[in-house]
Amino acid sequence: MSSLLVCAQPAPGHAVAFPPEGSAFLLKRISALPKLAAVTPASRLKVPTPEMVSSGIRELDALTGGLPRGCLTEICGPASSGRTSVLVATLAAATQRQEACALVDVSDAFDPVSAAAAGVDFERLLWVRCGENKNSSQRPQNTEKKEDRERKKIEGPLEQALRVTDLLLQSGGFGMVAIDLGGIPFRSARRIPLTSWFRFQRAVEHAPTVLFVIAEAPCAPSCAALVLKLQSVKPSASSPQLSASRGAAAEISPGRKPEVAGVERGQSLQGRQRSCAADSFAAVVPAHTQLLDQLKIEGELLRSRLERKPARSVTAAFTTKAAGSR
Amino acid sequence: MSFACIFVPDFPLEALLRAEPELRSQAVAVLEGKAPLQKVFAVNEKARRAGVEPGMSKLQVETCTDLALRPRSPVQEAAAHAALLDCAQSFSPRVEDTGSDTILLDLAGLETLFGAPPKIARDLARRASDLGLEVNVAVASNPDTAMLAARGFSGVTVIPSGKEAERLGSLPLEILFAGLSALGGEPEPERFLETLERWGVRNLRALAALPEVALSERLGQAGVRLQQLARGAPSRTLVPVEPPLVFEEAIELEYPLVLLEPLAFALSRLLDQLCARLAARALATQELRLQLELENGWQEEEATSSHVGEFRHAGRATRQIFCRTLRLPVPLLDARTFLKLLQLDLKAHPPGAPIVKIHLAAEPVRPRAAQSGLFLPPSPEPEKLELTLARIAGIVGENKVGCLQLLDTHRPDAFRMQRFAPGEPQGLKPISKNLPHAGLKPCAIQKQPHSQKQPGAQDHPDAQTTGADAVTALRIFRPPVRAAVTLRDGKPARIACSKHPELQGDIVWVAGPWRSSGDWWQQEGWARDEWDIALPTEGGLALYRLVRDLLSGGWFVEGSYD
Repeated sequence: MSSLLVCAQPAPGHAVAFPPEGSAFLLKRISALPKLAAVTPASRLKVPTPEMVSSGIRELDALTGGLPRGCLTEICGPASSGRTSVLVATLAAATQRQEACALVDVSDAFDPVSAAAAGVDFERLLWVRCGENKNSSQRPQNTEKKEDRERKKIEGPLEQALRVTDLLLQSGGFGMVAIDLGGIPFRSARRIPLTSWFRFQRAVEHAPTVLFVIAEAPCAPSCAALVLKLQSVKPSASSPQLSASRGAAAEISPGRKPEVAGVERGQSLQGRQRSCAADSFAAVVPAHTQLLDQLKIEGELLRSRLERKPARSVTAAFTTKAAGSR
Repeated sequence: MSFACIFVPDFPLEALLRAEPELRSQAVAVLEGKAPLQKVFAVNEKARRAGVEPGMSKLQVETCTDLALRPRSPVQEAAAHAALLDCAQSFSPRVEDTGSDTILLDLAGLETLFGAPPKIARDLARRASDLGLEVNVAVASNPDTAMLAARGFSGVTVIPSGKEAERLGSLPLEILFAGLSALGGEPEPERFLETLERWGVRNLRALAALPEVALSERLGQAGVRLQQLARGAPSRTLVPVEPPLVFEEAIELEYPLVLLEPLAFALSRLLDQLCARLAARALATQELRLQLELENGWQEEEATSSHVGEFRHAGRATRQIFCRTLRLPVPLLDARTFLKLLQLDLKAHPPGAPIVKIHLAAEPVRPRAAQSGLFLPPSPEPEKLELTLARIAGIVGENKVGCLQLLDTHRPDAFRMQRFAPGEPQGLKPISKNLPHAGLKPCAIQKQPHSQKQPGAQDHPDAQTTGADAVTALRIFRPPVRAAVTLRDGKPARIACSKHPELQGDIVWVAGPWRSSGDWWQQEGWARDEWDIALPTEGGLALYRLVRDLLSGGWFVEGSYD
């Protein structure tokens, strides 16, 4: 331990005068001392910029610069906000980069058809479907310990997901590990201990793995390097056969009067307005031949620990299309 | 070029003495046949001096004192023959399995490793003696001469090149025919012997001295061949045998094992031996077969009547065989990985009864030769991946982890799970997806989201994404949620679901229906109407896919658009 740099009492034979400027001057003098020359203040530490990869959606890439490797990225939003669409697009981009990906599906809600339409390469996607382990209820296992049987009975999908994620991250070699908590109520998801998230983040810190989580609300904001919030703006429907101009679209926007255009195929859309409940949703009921076509989504950047130059906006809007549309 | 021959005189007897070496100091006779017509098949020198000869009946030899009688044992003979092959193959890679008691070796190129041929011969004899077999070893310039010398002379014999006829000359003719029978040679040797004895030919020297043309006129080509063998002339090449590579290890336990932990110790030992044997041959394995012999101790024992489908030994418990096969995606050779995989597999599928015997076999394959590129994306290591998948399967279930494969059918949510084996990345290639038609809304041509790649994007995988829009994904409810739907003008107007509060209320927006059906020619026919509906939520609108099963009339919420 070094001796005091500034003595309260003057040394014999040395006169010490305290400067009138106060502590700022003292700190400046202290930092200029030779002994502290090799010490870098924490505020000036340069954190290596992680490698960024495409999320599969151009607008999101423009907003965030991509998804960082070796970091935790969270996408949150309510139902029908586009979280799963973003997840599927990200998986498609990762598998097409020939990276092995893993999806921990807590609710077993993954749709293979949507993923195929998005371009996911299933040969490179490991799908882990959490839920009841039917193997645990097989013939009596006289060689299994009692505590193991009890543990399996009370283990839920969420606990399975945490254990599986631990195994996947320890195994390594995956370009992306995605955890789908979209079907889990937030009151259950927030019970995941923060230590788990820190453990996951530490596990990918020095690996080229993108840890991607979708949930109803941010579950690990303090250890996520990127947090995005999504919200659906406008679902729209159209007839199955569209012209190139795509003149037929009936849009529904909460809080707005709908604008109705004509429908292709020689039909005119007879729009009618219907009054809604006290929450004042104005809705236009499309004809029975119209199907869901587009979903307009707005993403808001809640948190980013990554360096983003030049400064960009905090929101981005993009559109998703139904799997069967052109 | 020189060849060596290992010959075991009285092989059935030697095989028995290998198992019971204490009998070497006694007179021993081997019996063959079924009681009471057993006859002496082979005797040792002491028994021969006592007057016991092959062919005597058991009753005749039982009167001899100090004579050990043993039945012939094919199992011991097979084990002795395998040991003899191992002995030969430890010296030379080119070994001919001439007979159960005769092995031929090609000694070419072994001088620098093992020394001169005489030294090799002595080492062979010593090695065979260590294995419990007393053998004759002969070295000559051609295989047939070496075989005749090993059969005719005891101990170690070395015949220099050019001296074959001289050294073989003193051997009797019976040696010639005994060697030929080992090669599947001449039929009716007695006829040749009788003829040659009538001519006064008693040994190989006399046979070699006969005129060749006259011999061929009287005995044909068979006679000429016999003469060439008697002269020690080379007549054939060695036919090396490739023994089947069988990698199996077994262990019989002293007491039955009930827990998996002590079983792991036994498996570890077997796996170490197997992996060492595979490594010695520069091989790996892609399949492990585990057979556990179980002690069925739960049934009532000592019953003499047999039940249908069971085979009982009198006074012994019925033994069941519990089999597990471990198939790996790539060849591996890591005993610890194998042990862990077997442990995880047995934990998921326990035998259900105590284990009394363990048999482990490995299917040999060439090891994997993979070269990772410097600029390729990372991929999981196969060994780690297998362990991880096995552990995950133990958590979520075997059919709940893997990669999926869409089935070629229009039935919704039709897919199957299969083993996850990503394979090595091979660089980027043009993306072309043939999307299946199952469950998609009507459209003549499916959109390929990545068909419009930006120039140069193929070379920069992490560059900006393509200009295609994202796909609206569906979150599937498995199983579909049953709901009660109120119709208005033929369209859903209100929905109620007791188990899901978010699926209740007036339907704000509805589009559809889209009707699909299939498999009507099979028992699992299906027909349904799909609707896209929007329900109000706190945050705005939530979109769902509502399905009506036309066969049952029930309404289900299949999933939500997200």
